[in-house]
Amino acid sequence: MAYSDKIRGTYQAQIKGIQDAGLFKQERVIHSPQAADIEVEFPAGSPLKKVINMCANNYLGLSSHPEVVKAAHEGLEARGYGMSSVRFICGTQDIHRELEQRLTEFLGTEDTLLFPSCMDANAGVFEAILTKDDVIISDRLVHASLVDGIRLCSAMHDTIKHSDMGHLEEKLQLHADKRFKLVVTDGVFSMDGDTAKLDEMTALCEKYDAMLLVDESHASGFIGKTGRGTHEKCGVVGKMDVITTTFGKALGGASGGCVSGRRELVEMCRQRARPYLFSNTIAPVVVAGVLKVMDIISRSTERRDKLEKNAAYWRKGLAEAGFVLREGDTPIVPVMFFNAKLAQDFSRALYDEGIYAIGFFFPVVPQSQARIRTQISAGHEIHHLDMALAAFTKVGQKFDILGKTKQDIIAKYGM
Amino acid sequence: MADELKDAVLNYVAKEYLEDDSEPLTYDTPLISGGIVDSFSMVSLKRFLENKYAIAIPDDEATPEAFDSVNKIVSLVQKYVAKKG
Repeated sequence: MAYSDKIRGTYQAQIKGIQDAGLFKQERVIHSPQAADIEVEFPAGSPLKKVINMCANNYLGLSSHPEVVKAAHEGLEARGYGMSSVRFICGTQDIHRELEQRLTEFLGTEDTLLFPSCMDANAGVFEAILTKDDVIISDRLVHASLVDGIRLCSAMHDTIKHSDMGHLEEKLQLHADKRFKLVVTDGVFSMDGDTAKLDEMTALCEKYDAMLLVDESHASGFIGKTGRGTHEKCGVVGKMDVITTTFGKALGGASGGCVSGRRELVEMCRQRARPYLFSNTIAPVVVAGVLKVMDIISRSTERRDKLEKNAAYWRKGLAEAGFVLREGDTPIVPVMFFNAKLAQDFSRALYDEGIYAIGFFFPVVPQSQARIRTQISAGHEIHHLDMALAAFTKVGQKFDILGKTKQDIIAKYGM
Repeated sequence: MADELKDAVLNYVAKEYLEDDSEPLTYDTPLISGGIVDSFSMVSLKRFLENKYAIAIPDDEATPEAFDSVNKIVSLVQKYVAKKG
């Protein structure tokens, strides 16, 4: 037994420190399928409460869609439960290859490789394709999984101010002597809901002979006219060198991700990316579900069109009620509170009104930028949004922040 | 040279890392421990100094401590400028 009182005490003190700083995360347990209407146990041991979910990444409302559930059942019967092997030993089925082919066509790339998650795709891709002679230039607000993947790679790493194209050009000039330059961005930034300027980034990358990698986790399936992603919205399909994305959000919401892009770069991931080499890939039941999702989104744009309308309705309603919002046109609509305690108290008051939406604060977002990130779904109906707007308005009146500016709110509640 | 160097470093750091609504910098503002410059972003600062002053700062001397304020950075640069002779 080597877990001494000293070791235990050290961790207990650390956990208490997290609690004392107000940064302790508690899970709220859901007792129903993921959907717009859910039943939640919170705090632990409380009776179940029916609430409207306003914070899932279930953008297309496909997480519990009957066709997807049925396809998953059929996949389970036809291809079994587990693979008990990594891909290159005996862990590749025909449906894994079929899904890779479907994704290549959908994303407009040359080839695709599945990963257990997009976190794993981002953890593996940089080390697989770059060396110490190269440089990675990333937006300062990219997702944590990209930051972790970059840390695992020997290439030099530099950053640019968020979406600042002048700064990107300066950095491309500064690092002109490097063997390869790779520019890295999110397609849709998860905390702010704004989109990358992929058209301008593509032009700069062409001018300075750099590659471009975009993480499309908050875009695949619904951004762009046919939902292919941010590159479709920006008119640059076919020009992305690497796309990473997830099936854990709009594309069924279960798990899994991929690296898609230039044939040789994908092949390098197949040969060298450690999360691919040393971990089982996505279970057959999930692959079958994602294949059905690809069918649904390929035969009609109905769901992404409804999502777009819902998001516009929600954003307009919040703005008219007098909330301070982050600008944008995606289904991620951050309501700004600036003060961390206010965001948490507001979230708790919303829950009492039957609305489930979580407060985010430092270190997940910058200091004094606390917010409630609302996320709209094609699974929401107008009555859900109206009920949520009524609750937000009622709680907003209680806290006296409606029609107030950022400065007013900070003056009343502090940073 | 010291004042000119100080101002060049200060101006570069402000332009490179500060957002529009940030507090102004002083020569002693903690840059890395104060969360203004993250350890990733040190690389462009190091490259800027090496290019502008035609020096090479070894990686093991380009530590977060050595880059933690404008004054500390200036000391480091002066050391290598002097070595260059």
